[in-house]
Amino acid sequence: MDYLLTDEQKMIKDLAHKIAEEKIRPVAAKYDISEEYPWEVLKVMGESDMFGLFIPEEYGGFANSTMNLCLATEEFSRACGGIAVCYAASALGTIPIVLFGTDEQKKKYLPDLASGKKVAAFAVTEPEAGSDASGIKTVAKKVGDHYVLNGLKHFITNGGDAETYVVIAMTDKTKGARGATAFIVEKGTPGFTFGKKEDKFGIRASSTRELIFTDCKIPAANLLAKEGMGFIVTMRTFDMSRPGVAAQALGIAQGALELSVKYVHERVQFGKPISTFQGIQWMIADMATEVEAARGLVYSTARMVDAGIKDVSKESAMAKMYASDVAMKVTVDALQLFGGYGYMKDYPIEKYVRDAKITQIYEGTNQVQRGIIALKIIKEMAK
Amino acid sequence: MNIIVCIKQVPETTEVRINPETNTLMREGVKSIINPFDMYAIEEAVRLKERFGGKISVVTMGPPQADSALREAISMGADEGFLVCDRAFAGSDTWATSYTLAGAIKKLGVFDLIICGKQASDGDTAQVGPGISTHLNIPQVTYVKKVEEATDKSMRLERMLEEGYEIIETPLPALLTVVKEINEPRIPSLKGLMRAKSAKITTLTQKELNLDPQQIGLCGSPTQVVKIFTPTPRVGGQILKGEIPDIAKELVDLVKGEVN
Repeated sequence: MDYLLTDEQKMIKDLAHKIAEEKIRPVAAKYDISEEYPWEVLKVMGESDMFGLFIPEEYGGFANSTMNLCLATEEFSRACGGIAVCYAASALGTIPIVLFGTDEQKKKYLPDLASGKKVAAFAVTEPEAGSDASGIKTVAKKVGDHYVLNGLKHFITNGGDAETYVVIAMTDKTKGARGATAFIVEKGTPGFTFGKKEDKFGIRASSTRELIFTDCKIPAANLLAKEGMGFIVTMRTFDMSRPGVAAQALGIAQGALELSVKYVHERVQFGKPISTFQGIQWMIADMATEVEAARGLVYSTARMVDAGIKDVSKESAMAKMYASDVAMKVTVDALQLFGGYGYMKDYPIEKYVRDAKITQIYEGTNQVQRGIIALKIIKEMAK
Repeated sequence: MNIIVCIKQVPETTEVRINPETNTLMREGVKSIINPFDMYAIEEAVRLKERFGGKISVVTMGPPQADSALREAISMGADEGFLVCDRAFAGSDTWATSYTLAGAIKKLGVFDLIICGKQASDGDTAQVGPGISTHLNIPQVTYVKKVEEATDKSMRLERMLEEGYEIIETPLPALLTVVKEINEPRIPSLKGLMRAKSAKITTLTQKELNLDPQQIGLCGSPTQVVKIFTPTPRVGGQILKGEIPDIAKELVDLVKGEVN
């Protein structure tokens, strides 16, 4: 389907495609096994200006565009969902600074993030605060011109490898959600250490780690937005980044589809390629149609965000939920098309199933997304 | 350091078909790319520029569509592109091509270094680079695998041999041809692609270069492609057994028989 991309968007997509094919695909299996952080690939992405896609030009970026971010993430994810998430998670950690940072904060942090010299991470999740972000227990207490952070974040993507963290902590527990505040915390700050690194089912090239804050003193200048705006920062960030997660799911689905179409064409049974069998053809037709439908949702949502439409929470939720459900179904079907070979680690397809699963879970489970969508629709109807 | 990089646009696939009647490449439906060996030349030029500053000019001789190869080189970090393009240059062999490119390079002015890929993936002659240096009367170092030291006056290079390498020092200006061991060509940046898109490519025709008409194009080409074919594989071979003096005699007889 032709999405009438601009010349600039085509250029971004083509360049991301080249990086995916030349630099990501050849090392995808290696990082899936070793669970090392793929610095060599991130360096290439940085040199190619890919981290600048979600950062405004005046801070060393290329443009602040969700559509650009989606195009790049989709292409990277076609080759490896794990390496792609290292990139997308840096976007997630950068977006709150782009949205809410002061000019000074932007000047200090964004140029290094735009060049890929440093990567970012966003830290909301805690052991008892997953989908329910109001359960956050990490606290930040103001002492003079500093804040002192105490608490534990977990499941933080890019944790340990990122240099720049946006951390949500409670400045006033009595106010509930309105008592949360966002802070920029640099790696190396005394009192900021890293805990357990998770051993994951999929996206294994990305690091997922605990962040531990023990009397961690950070300057008041690192406060992002205002005290009490932590949840607004989080929600606005997720609204912008959710199309990115959707694009990740879309890319994983697209990648699995391409591999399986190639495979059924080559695999001969009963004297002919299995692509000649109707049972196989119908599966391919369904998979391709679902991927295309997901793409339509993702691109439309990204374009809404870029057009400056403020309330995109329903569309963002739809794109994320649908694309990730499609990714799960399409990758499982792709493995089915590979038959017994698909179940073996010698073939690349089982990794796509593992990489797809997380997209239904993180940045709000698909059950939470359905809740957002339903509430919004009911509210709209009641108007 | 002012560097000139000579590149060639070639068909992408290694399985190019030959039209058996005309002995020419069947280019239909085949994507054109920069000769892979020239990518290393561009990369090395960009690395030298990053170290010493200066300017990189990329030159190619070819049809108008070779414009895209020059733009790709600019996206990787070259500064300007020159397309040597004229019907009068058509049908050039390696002699005429190197003469024409040398003429274009003279037109570009002062330079410190010329870098070429070791050979083109379509013709595989490896003659154009050395040819250019001969026409320009500057030193050449072929099959360079490493730049050990470089100043604006001279270079110390590792030159690849079949077994091992040799170290060569050359004054500048000089011409190098490079092998793939020298570097890993970069992926262009988005900013580079943007710059390349709007870059001005200068076309140089025979009118501007005013070259000796007897040395350009088909009539300036002493070699001619008469036939392109895959050589038939050599078969058999014979192992002689016995005492050495007997084998020697037998071998001499056999060779004599072959010659006669």
